[in-house]
Amino acid sequence: MVKLTVDGRPIEVKEGTMVLDAARRLNIYIPTLCNHESVSPYGACRLCMVDITTKSGRNRMVTSCLYPVEDGLVVKTSTEKVAEHRRMLIQLLLARCPESKELKDMAVKLGAHDLLFPKEDPKTHHNCILCALCTRACAEIVQQSAISLVNRGVDREMGIPFFDNSDLCIACGTCAQICPTNAIIITDTKGKRRIEMPHNTMEFELAKCSVCGRYWLPKKQIAWMAKKSGQPIEFFAKCNNCR
Amino acid sequence: MANQRQLKSGIKRILSRNGNDSAMLVSILQDTQSEFGYLSREAITEVSKQLSIPLTQAYSVATFFKAFSLIPKGKHQIHVCLGTACHVRGADKILDTVERELGIKPGESDKELNFSLDTVNCVGACALGPIVIIDGKYSGEMKIEAVKPLLDSYK
Amino acid sequence: MNRLSSVKELEELRKSIVQKRDVKKTVVNICGGTGCLALGCTDVIQAFKDEVDARNLGDQVDIRVSGCPGFCERGTILTIEPQNIFYQRVKRKDVAEIVSQTLVDGKIVERLLYPDLATGKRVVHENEVPFYTKQKRLLLANSSRSDPENIDDYVYFGGYAALAKVLGGMKPEEVIEEVKASGLRGRGGGGFPTGRKWETTRHAEGDIKYVICNCDEGDPGAFMDRSLMEGNPHSVLEGMIIGAYAIGSPEGYIYVRNEYPMAVKNAGIALKAAEEYGLLGDNILGSGFNFHVKISRGGGAFVCGESTALMASLEGKVGEPRAKYIHTSEKGLWDRPSNLNNVETWANVPLIINNGAKWFAGIGTAGSKGTKIFSLVGKVRNTGLVEVPMGISLREIIFDIGGGIPGNKKFKAVQTGGPSGGFIPENLLDLKVDFDELTRVGSMMGSGAMIVMDETNCMVDMAKYFITFLLGESCGKCLPCREGLKQMHRILTRITDGEGTMADIELAEKLCSTMLDTSLCGLGASAPNPVLTSLRYFRDEWLAHVNEKRCPAKVCKALITYNITEKCPNCGLCVKACPEGAIAAQGKKKPVLLDQEKCIKCGTCYDVCNLGAVQVK
Repeated sequence: MVKLTVDGRPIEVKEGTMVLDAARRLNIYIPTLCNHESVSPYGACRLCMVDITTKSGRNRMVTSCLYPVEDGLVVKTSTEKVAEHRRMLIQLLLARCPESKELKDMAVKLGAHDLLFPKEDPKTHHNCILCALCTRACAEIVQQSAISLVNRGVDREMGIPFFDNSDLCIACGTCAQICPTNAIIITDTKGKRRIEMPHNTMEFELAKCSVCGRYWLPKKQIAWMAKKSGQPIEFFAKCNNCR
Repeated sequence: MANQRQLKSGIKRILSRNGNDSAMLVSILQDTQSEFGYLSREAITEVSKQLSIPLTQAYSVATFFKAFSLIPKGKHQIHVCLGTACHVRGADKILDTVERELGIKPGESDKELNFSLDTVNCVGACALGPIVIIDGKYSGEMKIEAVKPLLDSYK
Repeated sequence: MNRLSSVKELEELRKSIVQKRDVKKTVVNICGGTGCLALGCTDVIQAFKDEVDARNLGDQVDIRVSGCPGFCERGTILTIEPQNIFYQRVKRKDVAEIVSQTLVDGKIVERLLYPDLATGKRVVHENEVPFYTKQKRLLLANSSRSDPENIDDYVYFGGYAALAKVLGGMKPEEVIEEVKASGLRGRGGGGFPTGRKWETTRHAEGDIKYVICNCDEGDPGAFMDRSLMEGNPHSVLEGMIIGAYAIGSPEGYIYVRNEYPMAVKNAGIALKAAEEYGLLGDNILGSGFNFHVKISRGGGAFVCGESTALMASLEGKVGEPRAKYIHTSEKGLWDRPSNLNNVETWANVPLIINNGAKWFAGIGTAGSKGTKIFSLVGKVRNTGLVEVPMGISLREIIFDIGGGIPGNKKFKAVQTGGPSGGFIPENLLDLKVDFDELTRVGSMMGSGAMIVMDETNCMVDMAKYFITFLLGESCGKCLPCREGLKQMHRILTRITDGEGTMADIELAEKLCSTMLDTSLCGLGASAPNPVLTSLRYFRDEWLAHVNEKRCPAKVCKALITYNITEKCPNCGLCVKACPEGAIAAQGKKKPVLLDQEKCIKCGTCYDVCNLGAVQVK
């Protein structure tokens, strides 16, 4: 077990725990955007940065999502400097995605009120903040790796190879669920699932329940579930309500 | 333009030269581009298939590194160095002149596919800046007036 | 080639190579490095071969294509043994004369000798050239006399003796202690104590450990590593093998950037030759130690010079850095302990083992031991590679060795540390160059690029240059770097376009602070350095751009105009050269007229006018 203090409050946690989790156990708020318990930490949004001082006296700022706890660590989750940086970071994000409700809410929470940078055309990024939660979810949870981050630097985007229809996408919608800014929109109508990503749109056929007749899951997802579970496709002919 | 069969066998050879190792992906894509002129969709897809890696990995790597071109390249590759030493000696004016002469910007090829233009961030010949490299041939101490004659010699 | 199966056999080989070499025989060493390649050395080399053949001098004259001696300003360079005659700026048309005059008749071709910039006197011998005499050339000592493609040349000069000493009786821990005691610090830019890194990697958990050579050399203006890897690859390889032995690593990688094809080629030749001699591979020199090395190429990404991004690229992934809260010496390549060092760092290792840690620590300053190779470029007369002891002053490097600023212009600033470093002004020229001193003034050692600027360079434009460079090289993973550089670039463009305000400068400074503290890797975290040092030491230029819409150095296009003065005699050169047809003749003996509306400020007219009739305002 490791003993540390967060904002003056002592806590004892298992070795290997990240500072972010230790803080959350104490109900201390640290803003995050690219962090989710279901996928590995990434360290891209930098909002979870905190001020730390090690036992040996070394002081610096680190991303709490990726910094493992240490004995005698003194963590300050919201110094003046940290707060200042968080406001600058959310401002940079708002310039990129000016119409995002989630970003606007967070800006208010962080006390960022001015508009420091000119707004970009919302159609450029479609609220995508390149947090890579969707790509990590597709790779780690669904294990299909149908989407990835392409290009480099300011041209970086989230998408499918060649921005054309993906053979690997099973239309499960995990990416849309995990996206913190609703940049991926899923609409199910008339037996079709439409997935709108920032730079490409795909359509998938939905399967019909053999009993109640409602369209419940994409056919591709059912095929994937059959393959993973070893169950025959017929097992999934009935929707989960009717089974 | 290579057909699918040539692509498949060419890539097979490249992969075996690189130990069929997916860790050598960057080298493999470079060899593929050298052999086929650029990285076509078919080439990238074939590489990912033969290496048994997700297409997303091959595509992300192909679009991350500046050395790769996913569009056909011109007959002659022009690289203008924009390293600091070259910049200090006026490399941006050289680039402007090349752009004006050929009517293309870095990353583009002209319509007839005679020339492809790219910038490069230092080739290590800094004492001789500004430098223009055409098809691997280095021309140092470039002057604005020397650009047109140099390009004309390749037309 | 016979495989050497013991230290003794290596020494016997060395003896036989030394014996076989006729030190009285005439050898023409011609530099085959990339710099001289750009100046036509291939033609010079061929011309020599042809001429020697034609005159049947093959028995009396050897031609050696050598490694890069670093004096690139004067390429193509050649040195004639045994007299050590140094010829510079040699072109193909000079070869016949050199052969008949010097090789046959023993006479000097005066015009090809190096002219001392101070006295004007021509210098005959290589060891008298002021550019070289003021340096302390340890790493670059033998480059001009060795063919990098011939391992025997390396052995001749004592190559692999350090490896023999290590494998012949030093324990790995002893090797690490020696490197620690030497005080060697990483030459790639980080300046981390090398011995300590080796020790951490050695003690890290895991059977498989890796040793990596970082030859990505992304800092524009830096070509030290290019020269070492092209010109003396065995010195780097020997260092790596010693390091691998000390750490306990069976596998190594040399990561060479894509833009250095000759370095890739020569590294490959060196690996093969070392393997054939049993100096690399299984059971090295019969010691039982196995170590294999693979070469991996970069793909054109500055960020891959960062250790974790480099390792990602080695794994076949995108070159994205990751947090280094857990060091790569514990979890690096494939999550295994990995020791990454720069080319120059590795090349220092055989020197330390051969001459001892005490000797090495006797060179340099208290905090920075040994020599450092700098690439001195830009607005300086003697551009090239300069190897000097740590602690020498900037003034000595730029003026004594570099020969000062050409064209009677005034020194303005020197930039060290590449895009991560900063500008140093004139009043700090007596600064002693070492890791800590350079950091103290806001810059850093970096990999060794030293870019000199004069009064015709605009310090706001230079800051914008580095931000533009980094904008194109950012991997895009983290928010402060990707979006921060985008906004920084927008702000700096406003300022150089004459639309900047004081609020823009304040915003830029705030943005710098966030990027410094919150960026994921060194690229973003050090991106503010050029901007901040430019603001710190040249604030008046920024204020001129913002408050007066004026560019004092007359560089920023939006803030200057080109004008034809009364001096113009209507020679028509600029009329012809102008790409926009903006200049028109006005009649005999009248100055030409420049149409400001059409003028795109390309500067062509200014460049072609030999009469100084074009003025920049």
